[in-house]
Amino acid sequence: MLNRLLSHDLPRSRVLAVLLVAIVLALAFTPFLVPGVKALNVAAKVLVFIVLVASFDLLLGYTGIVSFAHTMFFGIGAYGVAISLTRMGANWTALAVGIGCALVLSFVLALAIGLFSLRVRAIFFSMITLAFAAAFQTLASQLSEFTGGEDGLTFKVPPQLQPSFELSSTPLFGVDLDGRLLAYYLLFVVAVVLILAMLRIVNSPFGRVTQAIRENEFRAEAIGYRVVVYRTASAILSALFATLAGAMLAIWLRYNGPDTSLSFEIMLDVLLIVVIGGMGTIYGAVIGSALFVVAQSYLQDLLRLASEATSGLPWLSALLSPDRWLLWLGLLFVLSVYYFPTGIVGKLRSIKPRPPQPRPPTGQPRQTPALDQ
Amino acid sequence: MNKLDLDWKPLALVPLLALLVLPFIGSSSTWVTLTVAGLAMGMIIFIIASGLTLVFGLMDVLNFGHGVFIALGAFVATSVLGAMADYTASGSLWTNLLAVLPAMVVAMLVAAAVGLAFERFIVRPVYGNHLKQILITMGGMIIGEELIKVIWGPLQIPLPLPEGLRGSYYLGDAAVEKYRLLAVIVGLLVFAVLLWTLTRTKIGLLIRAGVQDREMVESLGYRISILFVGVFVVGSALAGLGGVMWGLYQQNVIPQMGAQVNVLIFIVLIIGGLGSTTGALIGALLVGLMANYTGFLVPKAALFSNIVLMMAILLWRPQGVYALSR
Repeated sequence: MLNRLLSHDLPRSRVLAVLLVAIVLALAFTPFLVPGVKALNVAAKVLVFIVLVASFDLLLGYTGIVSFAHTMFFGIGAYGVAISLTRMGANWTALAVGIGCALVLSFVLALAIGLFSLRVRAIFFSMITLAFAAAFQTLASQLSEFTGGEDGLTFKVPPQLQPSFELSSTPLFGVDLDGRLLAYYLLFVVAVVLILAMLRIVNSPFGRVTQAIRENEFRAEAIGYRVVVYRTASAILSALFATLAGAMLAIWLRYNGPDTSLSFEIMLDVLLIVVIGGMGTIYGAVIGSALFVVAQSYLQDLLRLASEATSGLPWLSALLSPDRWLLWLGLLFVLSVYYFPTGIVGKLRSIKPRPPQPRPPTGQPRQTPALDQ
Repeated sequence: MNKLDLDWKPLALVPLLALLVLPFIGSSSTWVTLTVAGLAMGMIIFIIASGLTLVFGLMDVLNFGHGVFIALGAFVATSVLGAMADYTASGSLWTNLLAVLPAMVVAMLVAAAVGLAFERFIVRPVYGNHLKQILITMGGMIIGEELIKVIWGPLQIPLPLPEGLRGSYYLGDAAVEKYRLLAVIVGLLVFAVLLWTLTRTKIGLLIRAGVQDREMVESLGYRISILFVGVFVVGSALAGLGGVMWGLYQQNVIPQMGAQVNVLIFIVLIIGGLGSTTGALIGALLVGLMANYTGFLVPKAALFSNIVLMMAILLWRPQGVYALSR
């Protein structure tokens, strides 16, 4: 049963399996384990990032192409929900319409970008996505009567998800059963379903072909697979999942603006999490997101402390200021690409003594990404 | 190559575009102003893009961190020009140039030095692996941008044009800004030197041969890696020079300018065909003209004009106007 659910793509490392179970349990019971609004917010952010990063992994890890427009699709999802809920009022129809329109827009954009850029070389894709992302970000702040401009949009979610909604008047284990809790569990269920769906995709025949293309484009083409079709399809799928992640974010925050969903900083976060978690392993997205999002706030506090402690040395203090967070993120990113290319999941899978395990009759593909060619 | 084989169609694109918009703009003096402005902008973009396209053609390395050198050049220029306030404030054109010239030289030197380090520590370990190159150079870009913020501060810094370079000349009714004329002159100078080096010198011969077939050049006994470092450093220096020009063109600099210009030069390279110098020139001129025409005709659409242009070119030639056969 579990094997079927995970599409026969088991963690293949005991430590990894334990970690994954721990993360899933922690996320499932966060409202009851850790009281407080902040913990719930962090947990919800982890859920959103898990889906976002896994969808990026579909493209980077499993197909071997780099997109810099992933936050564009993320933003389309978030703006779709935000705009429709603002314009059509707080009800479920509006939510569905918003998500539907966002998915259609993402599909069209991803198809166009893919067809134009992937025909020749995969490297075009990175350059063109960068251009599109920059243009879209400017567009979002320019169409201010529609998107709220720099201020963004604050909106109401459907009544069942609002904090004032009460499922029952008696708290369960000391936790109020309100709309926020419902919203959290909606996010949780959606995230689980989406992750399982992505596992299904990468372990399907389609996923095998994209991995073959990642390993050797020329050979895959020679066997008879239309590389451009598979790559474009992968780009579209990845964009659609990112759009859903954006919708999740908007439902949780009840706000959306350019900085929350479109900024390049989020793109960098996603890149870093994919690399640290392990490219080409959907599980890496789960572990990486949980680690990163939780660590992020604490590390920034740590930087602030270090900056204050070194205030005698203005230059060093400036380097350690929390405003220079991106500097350290970038450094960490470069170092992990050099020295930690397989990520946490890759490391865990390579160190453990391989226990005898039943494997599906079809040959498992190499799960580590093609970084060390 | 047979002279008849010259692929002239892309060359005709630039005048074609300019003539095509003439009826829409109406007044010919406005058209001259816009065209000169567009060519000037295109020349600046070409200066920046030329280094990147050579590096890609020679070594198959796409440097997403190229924008850092642009921003670096511009910020160095603010420091140098700020220190030479006496020269920039005087009304005489020659005294002004005496200030701008050292700013350019210093910016190029700094960008070249940083380029050397960038090649050694960021790019060299990942030769031959596109995926890693994209990730690593993007990381380098972010680190560079943050370091610029540490040194010069995160805010926008004004970079006013020296007194003598402000204002315009008049050709009949058409106003031509002095600075844009300077930009065209510098751009043509760079293009001429580049073309001369590439076609008339031994080094240029080796570079062109390396772009065509790297292994063959190596097997003939030339250390192409040193040649490559040289091209990378010169490319960085050109980006620094382009940064000075771009900063003076915009009259202010922000740390994010590198990333912004990066998007422009990528569009230019895709239009021109990765690795082609002439293609980069055509792409840069097209982008510059397009930006100025749409900025005048339909300011709202200016944002997407370059993307539309790129799409149109890719429909015509999926590899860019001049593709390297590879």
